[in-house]
Amino acid sequence: MTIFYLIMIALAIIFAAARGLLGPTASDRIVALDSLTTITTAGLVLLAFFFQRYIYVDVSLVYGVLSFVGVLTLARYMEGGL
Amino acid sequence: MSVLTYLGYAMVTVGVIFLFLGALGIFRMPDVYNRLQAGTKATTLGALGTILGVGLLQPEWFWKTLIIAIFIAISNPISSHALARGSYKIGIKPITKEDDMDAYAGVETENEEE
Amino acid sequence: MEWMTFLVIGLIILLIIAAVFAITQKDLILAVIGASAVSVVLSILFYILQAPDVALTEAAIGVALTTIIFVITIKKTKRYEE
Repeated sequence: MTIFYLIMIALAIIFAAARGLLGPTASDRIVALDSLTTITTAGLVLLAFFFQRYIYVDVSLVYGVLSFVGVLTLARYMEGGL
Repeated sequence: MSVLTYLGYAMVTVGVIFLFLGALGIFRMPDVYNRLQAGTKATTLGALGTILGVGLLQPEWFWKTLIIAIFIAISNPISSHALARGSYKIGIKPITKEDDMDAYAGVETENEEE
Repeated sequence: MEWMTFLVIGLIILLIIAAVFAITQKDLILAVIGASAVSVVLSILFYILQAPDVALTEAAIGVALTTIIFVITIKKTKRYEE
């Protein structure tokens, strides 16, 4: 069961990173980065469950709070604001 | 194995499958807006399922995982909306089949003059 | 554990690809996206290597703060590099 979850998360990270690598425009790459951070947040909670450490969930909490700030800044720059 | 354990494993399985499908949608879709649709909504559902499933599997972790889930549910639509708006404003057109339909055309120019 | 070795090797390969992507771009926004992806992958790597405090700092600084400072700098100077 653990191997199945890890393979699914790893395939998701690989597909998102591939789109970020060969997306034609900058918007594609920002979309790929956004979903990469969301997949990372879920994956870190899952790894904390596999390691059985309660303190590791804090890293995922920081990701959940802060990960959209960078994407929001990039999106605001794209439309000419900021 | 109580009921919460089965429910937690079911939610983690569904969440992981949705994370994989969202990433596959990012890789396969032809357009920025389609990729945004697949990569934000499916990924949000997958992340919520995975995180709340872990919270059900370890019941003493439940409140912290609930806080993470609430932050994801708030912050992911904000970044999605900002990305769609920015992509439209710099002139990326959606791929349409035969009818060239763009319901958002001309709306944004009225607000620009203030 | 054997799966952890494969996970670390795959993440290091992804890290090298993202770093090469970040330093070979002429469009500086794409370079900022590449640097943010490097930070995400490096944070997962620190997390797997049992250093959650370093991973937390890397997540907070690399994803949010560095991206904002770089985007503000690009906004005040110019976007494309000759």
